[in-house]
Amino acid sequence: MAYETALAALADPTRRRVFEELRTGPRSVGAIAQRLPVSRPAVSQHLKVLKEAGLVADRPEGTRRVYHLDPKGLAAIRRWLDQFWDEAMSAFQQEVERQTETDEEGKSS
Amino acid sequence: MSRTIVVAPVRKTVVVNATQQKAFDVFTSNMTRWWPATHTILEAPLKTTVLEPRKGGRWYQVGEDNSECGIGHVLAWEPPSRVLLAWRINADWQYDPDLTTEVEAKFIAEADNRTRVELEHRHLERMGEKGETARASVDAPGGWGAILEAFKHVAEA
Repeated sequence: MAYETALAALADPTRRRVFEELRTGPRSVGAIAQRLPVSRPAVSQHLKVLKEAGLVADRPEGTRRVYHLDPKGLAAIRRWLDQFWDEAMSAFQQEVERQTETDEEGKSS
Repeated sequence: MSRTIVVAPVRKTVVVNATQQKAFDVFTSNMTRWWPATHTILEAPLKTTVLEPRKGGRWYQVGEDNSECGIGHVLAWEPPSRVLLAWRINADWQYDPDLTTEVEAKFIAEADNRTRVELEHRHLERMGEKGETARASVDAPGGWGAILEAFKHVAEA
């Protein structure tokens, strides 16, 4: 079953890290390899397994392929956006308060 | 038979210790300073996230190699209380000028120096309009949601 294939694919820690790299946006093989202590061919191999498990999909972009989380389920998109806005709004809150503090220091000096 | 699946909007609320005007300004004109740098459809590292401060203004990102990609446009510009943005990145991670999902940010003054910011990203189901597979898999047992949920349990175990 697809479900079990997906879990099996993610059981490998390195493959899970390759998968995690795509949670923040689409990446080429080269870009993933740069961020992990893994060779390009190894990254390609992991992506192939993830693709067969229906976890990622790819599209050609010029001479290379760009991989992204398989968007067939809208639930995945919603989950991605939910996590994204969580991070973004938390960073926004910190930035507002950082700037407010800086403004107040400016006034008192 | 055609079915319409409505995907629940993503909603976030934060309260900031700042005036309504300040909160609005940081959200709209200082986006680069808070947008998570890891989140971009650009291949190059993200340099800036820009929102042009007017109705119809562009919302886009620029990479360190000066490559650009659009996110969307300003649909309503009502400083300092509200901004409504069109988010046009589709489920295939491409900019799609025909797609309009809405991101609304409301800035509500709660006290002199306290503002509640309510964000809503809605009409997410429009991202799936082009594919029947997208609709079907939402309901499918063992669909994406379930897979990630299970993965989370495995990861935490």
